[in-house]
Amino acid sequence: MVLDIKWAELPIVRKRFLISSAFVGLVFLLLLLRLWYLQVVNYDEFLERSVRNRTRVLSLEAPRGPVYDRNGQLLVDNRPSFQISVMRQDIENRELLFTRLAEILDVDVEELEKRWNAGKGFPIYRPVPLATDVSWDIMEKIQEQGGDLPGVLTEVRPIRDYLDQGISAHLIGYLGEITEDELGQEEFSGYRAGDFVGKTALERSYEEYLRGTKGTRLVEVDVKGKLLRQLQMDPPRPGNRVYLTIDENLQRAADEAFGDESGAAVAIDVHSGDVLAMVSRPTFNPALFVTGIGSDQWTELALNKRHPLQNKVVAGQYPPGSTFKMIVALAALRDGMITAGKTVDCEGDFTIGEARYRCWKKDGHGETDLKKALRESCDVWFYQVGLELGIDKLSAAAKELGLGGVVGYPLPGERGGVIPSQEWKRQRFNKPWYAGETVIASIGQGFVLATPLQLAVMTAAIANRGTVLKPRVIDRVEDWEGNLLVEPGVEVVRQVDYPEKAWDVVQEGMVAVVNEPHGTGRAAELEDVLVAGKSGTSQVVRRKSDEEEEEEEDDNETPYRLRPHALFVAYAPADNPEIAVAVVVEHGQSGGRAAGPVAKAIIESYMAGKKSSEEQVGNN
Amino acid sequence: MFDRRLVMNFDWVLLLTVVALAGLGILNLYSATASWHAATPIYLKQALWLGGGLGIALTICLFDYRHLEYLAVHVYLVSSALLVIVMVMGKTSMGATRWIDLGVFNLQPSEVVKIAVVLLFAKIFAETAHPSGFGLGELWKPALWLAVPVLLILKQPDLGTAVMVVAVAGSMLFFAGLKRGTILILVVLGLLTMVAGWFGLHDYQRARVMTFLNPEADPLGSGYHIIQSKIAVGSGGFLGKGFLQGTQSQLSFLPERHTDFAFSVFAEEWGFAGGLFLLSGYIFLIVWGLYVARRAADRFGLFLAVGVTAMIFWHIVVNLGMVIGLLPVVGVPLPLFSYGGTSMVTTMIGVGLLMNVSMRRFKF
Repeated sequence: MVLDIKWAELPIVRKRFLISSAFVGLVFLLLLLRLWYLQVVNYDEFLERSVRNRTRVLSLEAPRGPVYDRNGQLLVDNRPSFQISVMRQDIENRELLFTRLAEILDVDVEELEKRWNAGKGFPIYRPVPLATDVSWDIMEKIQEQGGDLPGVLTEVRPIRDYLDQGISAHLIGYLGEITEDELGQEEFSGYRAGDFVGKTALERSYEEYLRGTKGTRLVEVDVKGKLLRQLQMDPPRPGNRVYLTIDENLQRAADEAFGDESGAAVAIDVHSGDVLAMVSRPTFNPALFVTGIGSDQWTELALNKRHPLQNKVVAGQYPPGSTFKMIVALAALRDGMITAGKTVDCEGDFTIGEARYRCWKKDGHGETDLKKALRESCDVWFYQVGLELGIDKLSAAAKELGLGGVVGYPLPGERGGVIPSQEWKRQRFNKPWYAGETVIASIGQGFVLATPLQLAVMTAAIANRGTVLKPRVIDRVEDWEGNLLVEPGVEVVRQVDYPEKAWDVVQEGMVAVVNEPHGTGRAAELEDVLVAGKSGTSQVVRRKSDEEEEEEEDDNETPYRLRPHALFVAYAPADNPEIAVAVVVEHGQSGGRAAGPVAKAIIESYMAGKKSSEEQVGNN
Repeated sequence: MFDRRLVMNFDWVLLLTVVALAGLGILNLYSATASWHAATPIYLKQALWLGGGLGIALTICLFDYRHLEYLAVHVYLVSSALLVIVMVMGKTSMGATRWIDLGVFNLQPSEVVKIAVVLLFAKIFAETAHPSGFGLGELWKPALWLAVPVLLILKQPDLGTAVMVVAVAGSMLFFAGLKRGTILILVVLGLLTMVAGWFGLHDYQRARVMTFLNPEADPLGSGYHIIQSKIAVGSGGFLGKGFLQGTQSQLSFLPERHTDFAFSVFAEEWGFAGGLFLLSGYIFLIVWGLYVARRAADRFGLFLAVGVTAMIFWHIVVNLGMVIGLLPVVGVPLPLFSYGGTSMVTTMIGVGLLMNVSMRRFKF
């Protein structure tokens, strides 16, 4: 035992205690240096990494910009909608949950599964939408059963609200979920799957102004990505305000005047080119698209024989028929080939070689001058004048006045129509031009095709004596502080030069059409204002594909598809023109009777609006 | 029967240091598991383990440690037998067979082995050590004693504990003394073992070593633990994020935060200042342990105290080295700080032995 004490006191053992103590101190110093290195030297880096670890940025959908008419009346707005979504991290039993939800939402479980799968690529903290725009009743049921529906949440999302019941649907366009193709494009760089974007018309072309700025929420998540709390919020900013040149009152008047008919009507300001009204019939309900359109509904719209999705104002190409006659008259007068007094004896038909071309009036109009020819729409007068003038001069005049090529509609989808010439036919069909083709082109038939918008531009140019205007649809875009972002100016496409006498005679003829006995456009006559106009009734080319269904229709009547289109162009007031109108009623049979009243309704509404605003100014 | 001097010589300093460190550990566990909703919170369980551990430590103080010299071989044999039982019918969890299911709790015999080896080597060295140091010829017997449990532990596999047992035995051997030539041969042998061992490692063990060398290579896989732990520690800065405010731990980015990585939680919330304070406590504990050894009444007491102190020391160093990215992740708990009954009981048995040696330092 004495030895034991000595052991601890042995110098060598004492040395070992010293060495081990020093070793312990050294090791702990090393640990502390490492701590210093991590916590003090590299503090910034690790702090940043810890922040990145626990935070995520969520985006908040911005309401799209509202659309107003020229008077500031709201056409398209946003409304809050309820969206039922699931937070995947909180789901306990998906099968059970979907069965319950399907019952409440009254949809198939498959439908929910489809939505679920669409959201598979989302980050875990982003809810997957299962039902959009659900009713209050459903909302309340979901709220009541909240405890039995773990993971389900109701979100409020702004969606498009169409206050005009789709009357302007073709102009404004519709929305749809962004496609994978679009997501890859630079234009859509800030977007992500599930976003809704403009697909057509204004919504498409002005996407960058209408979209608004998404808001962000900085949230804290745990290691599983589970959302814990909000750290910071940057609210979304709504899209900019778009003011159209459209006048909602005229728009409604035009729409109502159509009744059940199909077709298109457009009205433009003859000084500025402002499109005051443009309706395409039948229309569709753009609200169908705001929550994603079903394939059944889509098929129905796309296959509908009356083409509700087409904007017929700019994309519908019709033979202009007798509304083309002003151009023939103007071209002949400028050419000096005729004078205003030129008369033709109409006996009901016109013959070149063996071919016989009939006037619409079998008995003929007798001795006919230009004014009468326009008033009563004598075909023979124009057959003869047109033939003498030649197709190329006729073609040049028509193109000058806005036909035969796009007039510059600022939104997509405009088509250019056709104004034939010898050169055109050679290139198109590699065939020579025949005189008979000039004859029927003179009454706006044959190869000639025009859109209602082109006819309106032409009519405005006649009304304002030669100024061809580019149609304006967007008046301006403003942000919410009232700063002007876009303001397309008035654009004159060209100034056409005709002798004053030529304008006088043609305008007189158009006034006679509406206001004089035997005029074909009496249906457009108004008491308070002098209307000038021209009717047109154009033959529909028979298409082979149409034949089958024709047989099913009533034998006593001409089948709908073969009935001629009814056209009417007009401007008013005739003595000091302000508004020009073009109307096409598809298969309306008679230009004067079917299309005239629509033109009249638009002009009437325009004059009424003007009167009431003048009264208001007076009262102030 | 009861000597009053025992009370007078009772090592209050050691007891207070241990209770203070364990108390900090419980406070830290409260934060580390704040977001958990268990019937009995982890920190309470740990407090119970601490209470039980203190009971065991004080019980150990009741009888003279010198009686253990005669029991050392028996303890060694029993613990080695337990290791064999583990091999035959142990409970497997996460690819390792380390536990014997006793119904109430899972016994981890490799922990008992640590104490057994300390006791056995204290006995062997007390009897055979001489001032000129061991030669190679004298070492084959202790080496054999050591090899049996170490190989059994490696078989489980539990590299961390095996290394720990060897480290503890090695530390005690240092105090017994070695001839110079022997040291050289042992170093060469050790290096050879490491090279050979690399090929004997399990894939996950090798992955851990590779991960340690370059954790960023696989940030979501095997490097995840180290990276998240380093982020936790580093983002604590000098003063820390504050109690219960550590985002890495509170939001569960830190794995094993109540067991092996408990120190990361502490370092995140209390910063370098807190780490310095805690480490000072541990340094004091180790130095005090060596002080107890130096003043021990006999050679057995000296080696016993050295062994216990070495056990605690190596646990601290390996755990801290692991969580701050200095050593590979080997799954060694931080004594008194990490949650775990086995670790607490083993540590407290060691503390009891230390106190026993300390209070019986005077001859009578």
